Amino acid sequence: MTAPLLVAADVRRSFGATPALDGANLSVRAGEVVAVMGPSGSGKSTLLHCAAGILLPDSGRVTYDGAELTALSDARRSALRRSEFGFVFQFGQLVPELTCLENVALPLRLAGTRRRDAARTALEWLARLGTADVAGKRPGDVSGGQGQRVAVARALVTGPRVLFADEPTGALDSYHGEQVMRLFTESARDSGAAVVLVTHEPRVAAYADREVVVRDGRSVDLERAR
Amino acid sequence: MSIGLTLLGLLESGPRHGYDLKRAYDERFGHDHPLHYGQVYSTLSRLLKGGLVQLEGVEPGAGPERKRYAITDAGVTDLDGWLGRAEKPEPYLQNTLYTKVVLALLTGRSADDILDTQRAAHLALMRTLTRRKSTGDLADQLICDHALFHLEADLRWLELTAARLAALTEEVLP
Repeated sequence: MTAPLLVAADVRRSFGATPALDGANLSVRAGEVVAVMGPSGSGKSTLLHCAAGILLPDSGRVTYDGAELTALSDARRSALRRSEFGFVFQFGQLVPELTCLENVALPLRLAGTRRRDAARTALEWLARLGTADVAGKRPGDVSGGQGQRVAVARALVTGPRVLFADEPTGALDSYHGEQVMRLFTESARDSGAAVVLVTHEPRVAAYADREVVVRDGRSVDLERAR
Repeated sequence: MSIGLTLLGLLESGPRHGYDLKRAYDERFGHDHPLHYGQVYSTLSRLLKGGLVQLEGVEPGAGPERKRYAITDAGVTDLDGWLGRAEKPEPYLQNTLYTKVVLALLTGRSADDILDTQRAAHLALMRTLTRRKSTGDLADQLICDHALFHLEADLRWLELTAARLAALTEEVLP
């Protein structure tokens, strides 16, 4: 079995006097999809943000590919997030002024890819996710399901090694949610990326290879009683 | 649901007469389906034959003799095994799971462990069905979806029960 690509160990994080994480653990291997589950307010999104280097934990370690993420400067962590990680959130967070194609091409442009090459690759990803027909439309003019598929394309376009998804289907109905999850997990598996998927929906978590449950800021091993 | 194992759970706190057992069972788990006396005594006689309970004493009464039953070590082992094992995930498990959770609270076992063991079993089956869905035809997908929605309902119940364990403990152990 390969070593985990990303490990969060004994992570603690408070917001003011309110503890959000109180010793949570998470690890994910390349090509593996791990669902982080738990009730509202359990700390699962905070765990994702710490694992992705968006938030710094108060204590504990986050290591990515053997290097300690928590020891990097803000600038280096941001650069790492742009080049190695992809993100999908509940609401696509697409840039409303740009077309869907420009939204998907944006991470490539930020990484220095030429406009034409970026547009070509972006269009390939939109087609792969069945949304090439909305390439010229702005996010406000497409449906929720289409917008979320565009967001998935944008997350995958740079070939990230780790994908973070926070309730990616939370704003969609069952049918479109299933479509997005199937395309998302298939595309991630094809590309060999590791996926950290935060959800409170068991049917969404069932797309993962395994799950980590967070309760009161701690990760729980469901199999412990067996 | 196994009446025999539930009776073993009720016997763990101390020996009881068949009549007391029926009353305790009906109060906690009988709801719309109280046990018949015949069921109680035939189950106890089966447990006795299997060495899972033993006679603790026989008292003469106005009617038939009153026998007191006690759980044996083998009975505790069987009860332990049952409570620790996940039920085969299928829709409408609540009655059995509710019984297991209440028995765990009554006997000082971890109700959280029972709920988590069941969650893991449910999620494992949901993953299998989701994988099957991705390679199956439309009929297969619809059949799997039906099962997935029911399993999800079970899981929501498990979560809600976990969130209400403190209140349930207060009710069960006044």
